[in-house]
Amino acid sequence: MQADKVIQVHNLVKKFGNFTANDALSFDVYRGEIFGFLGANGAGKTTTIKILTGLSKPTSGDISVAGFDVYKQSDDIKRNIGYMSQKFSLYEDLSIVENIRLYGGIYGLSRKEIKNRTNALLSRLGIEDKANVLIGSLPLGWKQKIAFSVAIVHNPDIVFLDEPSSGVDPITRRQFWDMIYEAAHQGITVFVTTHYMDEAEYCDRVAILVSGKMVALDSPGKLKHDYDEDSMEGVFVKLARGKRSFVKNNK
Amino acid sequence: MSEIRIHNLSKSFGKISAVRDVSLEIHSAELFGLIGPDGAGKSTLIRLMTTLLLPDTGEIKMGNLDVVDDYKQLRHMIGYMPGKFSLYHDLSVEENLTFFATVFGSSIEENYDLVKDIYRQIEPFKKRRAGNLSGGMKQKLALSCALIHKPTFLILDEPTTGVDAVSRVEFWDMLDNLKAQGITIFVSTPYMDEAMRCERVALMQDGSIMAVDNPGDIPQRFPGKLYAIGADEMYQLKMYLQDSELVESVSLFGQSLHVVPKNGVSVQQMKSECRHKGFKNLTCKSIKPVIEDVFIELMSKQKKEQDAGR
Repeated sequence: MQADKVIQVHNLVKKFGNFTANDALSFDVYRGEIFGFLGANGAGKTTTIKILTGLSKPTSGDISVAGFDVYKQSDDIKRNIGYMSQKFSLYEDLSIVENIRLYGGIYGLSRKEIKNRTNALLSRLGIEDKANVLIGSLPLGWKQKIAFSVAIVHNPDIVFLDEPSSGVDPITRRQFWDMIYEAAHQGITVFVTTHYMDEAEYCDRVAILVSGKMVALDSPGKLKHDYDEDSMEGVFVKLARGKRSFVKNNK
Repeated sequence: MSEIRIHNLSKSFGKISAVRDVSLEIHSAELFGLIGPDGAGKSTLIRLMTTLLLPDTGEIKMGNLDVVDDYKQLRHMIGYMPGKFSLYHDLSVEENLTFFATVFGSSIEENYDLVKDIYRQIEPFKKRRAGNLSGGMKQKLALSCALIHKPTFLILDEPTTGVDAVSRVEFWDMLDNLKAQGITIFVSTPYMDEAMRCERVALMQDGSIMAVDNPGDIPQRFPGKLYAIGADEMYQLKMYLQDSELVESVSLFGQSLHVVPKNGVSVQQMKSECRHKGFKNLTCKSIKPVIEDVFIELMSKQKKEQDAGR
């Protein structure tokens, strides 16, 4: 497994004018891994995700995703990944089934495959009776669970999740993470950003970005040990701005 | 003395009862939290308090004013920060703040003292368009705009959604300062750690308030015992425990699983079962529930009752 690197990033630099959004990032992500990508608002996370998903070209660096080069093979990359963002991924005025059909079609699945996967998805989420309900009328937590299922409907090598659980309540977040674990267990590599530090604990490894630079990359257990903190919240706050952790009287 | 009194308040939209017979009292200069899942009715309750919706039945008094009869007066006394980013994206930071001040017949200068700690942090970017601010800076600007007319009541609907851990700390420090200046603050949040920073919190689900308490006391409401269990293969462990006959409930909690055993099941039984199934590096310890455990327990209990009633 160690040898199977699905994402390889070497010296990634992305500049916007004089501003360096990503400053010489290097890391690998292994197959089936849940890789957490953490950083404060404005640290450069979305910039990296856009490059890894083939939406934006790096200024310099060697980067390959799912075995394809980000400069020359961005279309191949797009076919082999799934992507879900907090802001938008499903069409509000299409029904659940229509959204699945749309994305399945875009990813080139056959009608039969689309039908099978639609049924599997609806039964996995226990929403067979809601198949024709418009996405726009569903609560946020549901939308996010459906969006994730749709993002992996074509069984991609890697799924990128950009703050997938923002603003979602604790129970739904847990159900969501069950789905992430399940996907990783099936061999889909998960690349996820989050502001919830308890979710950082669920990742196999996490990278922490501060002002465009990578300041830490390891398993949550190792990072907590190295920074002498008992939670990822503590590690993050220490690294991100050298401040105290969230709850004043923690213990 | 109670500054906000909500009495038998209900609001329905068609067949959906968004707020069901809610009664709450919030004290003067209190920092009061409202926690609950998506769709619990938090935003509806907040819109009723901010005079943006009319109740079906029941009443809300803010100070000695009624949200229905005295809404015009009240609006000048309420600072409201809605869940979605409420500012004008194409106006600059400074233009947004000026706009909100002018709408309330005030000016930035007049109440600068109240917002200066917050506004100072974004003042270097005052010519930047609001749409181009980072999440944390947007929240600071939105808070400044909600405060610029010097409200008596500050009402915030999930103000820190999408904001990073460090900015959240700063944001709550600001709320503490505002409270110290005598402002009554009512804030809804899906973050349990934020609930800990309130003086009292109400748990809301399906339109009803399930509990109101000091956040430190809420964990005492947890029924039964709770254990943190961990092993190398967490996903498999969770799958296994979920289906186990020994276990009432399992939830993911950071680096371990929080497990409630069924009545009469001992921790040794659970441990030896897990060992027997071949889980390596098994850890198991009795823990004190935190507010999130209670929340999950109350919610899943209610859900089970509903399912059973169907």
